[in-house]
Amino acid sequence: MAKTGFLPKEKIKDFLDALSKDAQVHVPVKEGDIVAFKPYSADAEICLTRPANTSPKAVIYPQCDKLLSFEYTKDPEDNKKTSITLSDKRDYPNAVIFGCRPCDAKGFTIFDKVFVTADYVDPYYREHREKTTIISLACETPFAGCFCVAVDGGPADKVGSDVLMTDVEKGYYLESLTEKGDKVLSLPMIQEGASYQAAAQKIQTEAAAKVKNPLPKGATEKVNPTLFDTDEFWQQVAAKCISCGACTYLCPTCYCFNITDEAARDKGERIRTWDACMFQHFTLETSGHNPRPVKSRRLRQRVGHKFAYYPEKYDGVIACCGCGRCIRHCPVSVDISEIVGYLKDPGQDPKTWIERNTKAAKDGSL
Amino acid sequence: MSTEKLKETIQKVFPDVETVICWQEGFDKLHTTPLFMTASAQEAKVVWNPLCVQNLTSYLPSMKKKVAVVVKGCDSRTIVQFMEEGLIDRNNVVIIGIPCRGVVSVKKVLRAVDFQPIEDVKCVDDTVIVKTASGEKTLKVSDVWPDKCATCQYPTPVIYDYLIGDAIESDKPAESVYEDVREFETKTLEERKAYFEREFGKCIRCYACRNACPMCVCQDSCIAETRDPHWITQKLSAQEKMMFHMIHSIHLAGRCVECGECERVCPMDIPVAKIKKKINAEMKYLYDYTTGANPDDKPPMYTFNVDEAKIKEHKL
Repeated sequence: MAKTGFLPKEKIKDFLDALSKDAQVHVPVKEGDIVAFKPYSADAEICLTRPANTSPKAVIYPQCDKLLSFEYTKDPEDNKKTSITLSDKRDYPNAVIFGCRPCDAKGFTIFDKVFVTADYVDPYYREHREKTTIISLACETPFAGCFCVAVDGGPADKVGSDVLMTDVEKGYYLESLTEKGDKVLSLPMIQEGASYQAAAQKIQTEAAAKVKNPLPKGATEKVNPTLFDTDEFWQQVAAKCISCGACTYLCPTCYCFNITDEAARDKGERIRTWDACMFQHFTLETSGHNPRPVKSRRLRQRVGHKFAYYPEKYDGVIACCGCGRCIRHCPVSVDISEIVGYLKDPGQDPKTWIERNTKAAKDGSL
Repeated sequence: MSTEKLKETIQKVFPDVETVICWQEGFDKLHTTPLFMTASAQEAKVVWNPLCVQNLTSYLPSMKKKVAVVVKGCDSRTIVQFMEEGLIDRNNVVIIGIPCRGVVSVKKVLRAVDFQPIEDVKCVDDTVIVKTASGEKTLKVSDVWPDKCATCQYPTPVIYDYLIGDAIESDKPAESVYEDVREFETKTLEERKAYFEREFGKCIRCYACRNACPMCVCQDSCIAETRDPHWITQKLSAQEKMMFHMIHSIHLAGRCVECGECERVCPMDIPVAKIKKKINAEMKYLYDYTTGANPDDKPPMYTFNVDEAKIKEHKL
């Protein structure tokens, strides 16, 4: 039986202060009209009424991560000789993500399969991951673009969270899901939670029924390979895409990165930064050849990675948590759930699809 | 009414063109999304209402065949600017213009309903009726329109092959266009610096602003990513982000058509158009030049006059 608890709303500040004693606490903060995860401070305006614009992935997987620093030193005796000093000293602080949504928490489990349990372990990610506690807030209602239920998730999904909070009006009903969660629930301001369980359960069940499911054939239905391999399909669905990185950078499950050396004069840093498969440069090779020269190919990659290649490699798991950010914040409203809906319809015949959806953009410019 | 006329006109331009770029309903009732419509189908999907915010002309330079595009007054300036700069072949574009009394800013609508999930949106005359869990709220378009609409000088497209409905005149004073720039300039240097550092600090380097900008022409050689020249690193400091936004702005000197796409698409709600507008205000003052107003104009940065009336040369 999972440990449960109750956090009265007026105790949130005490709770976050207590967590801050031995960890960096990241909370969704309102900045103007947007909400973004920021380190907790007493004057931060915490926003728990809507999902943050950004996902919390940067806490564990920073957008810019210094892997090492280097410095060249010239031999004062012999100008032609240069030595290099490397330093890979890094800091892995204890961290807490507070107030992310269940989809955000699930996002990290997609990373884990690639960075932790794979053949090659990513030590940077693993260290941050191990030291981070995730306290999610169950959603009461879906927001624009949300489709978690279509990708094996849900507004109160527990996968990836250490603690799941459910808003039961006067406070939050807390469910501990891991040892890290038990530790959180042992804090002094956490009260007995059992009496709120029924109310929380009701809210969770009602919320799940409200989320749209654009993939009625089920998340397990594989993508239709014929349609997936049809260029015209991709040209059509990618016609409006402007090849920016908003979808990938806001996505809780996109993990592709770039590594660059950024030096000035005789010293610099090797950094790992997020990259985006939507960018023209993403697969540009040194020779000048680009295997994905047009945006339709790039969008195919993004959708294929999440819904075809990743599941093939990792036991059918879909690399999308349905948070809806890529839809909600897309400059031109590209809807990945609509695209996958076509791909997962087993009766979908490419010819019929193209005829029905016209044959735009055959000029190769898209 | 206009929607029906628009649909009729779209049918007329086929088969002269293979594709018509217009708007359709998006993933929810508040959003519209571009429709690349071809002759055979989809007429029913075409919409025209104050939710048709996106400047669809951005797609034109990448189109290799003749297309038709539906434009509002503000959007049409982009086409004129493209022509001034030789970025499109006018013979390959059929322009369907729509006089426009203002569109909405999706961000402002969301703010007006306290960011609650949208259940339904109806456009009735000059209002949008937005339904959320708290009920229906009627918003006047003029209360939630993007800043550009408040000072719009071009409600009717400046160039078109077909016009849907009657032309309308602007009722906004021309002096109002750069009022916000002048107001911002009353702040101290420190205040302005702090403002931009804070705002650009939010940037996630997704480059939606760059890619949505119809006038960004460097394409895959953007200084944001090139390693040669290596002017900007991939680091995440406010300094690096600011550098990109400054270069973006400078590249648009006397070219920015003030369509506001950069600001509209920013997922972090950064006022990225502010500096571009300031530069445009300067260009207007120095060269008495308005972008995208007349296809026969030459952009000031595309030419050189020995004697510029408003530029004081060093007397050597």
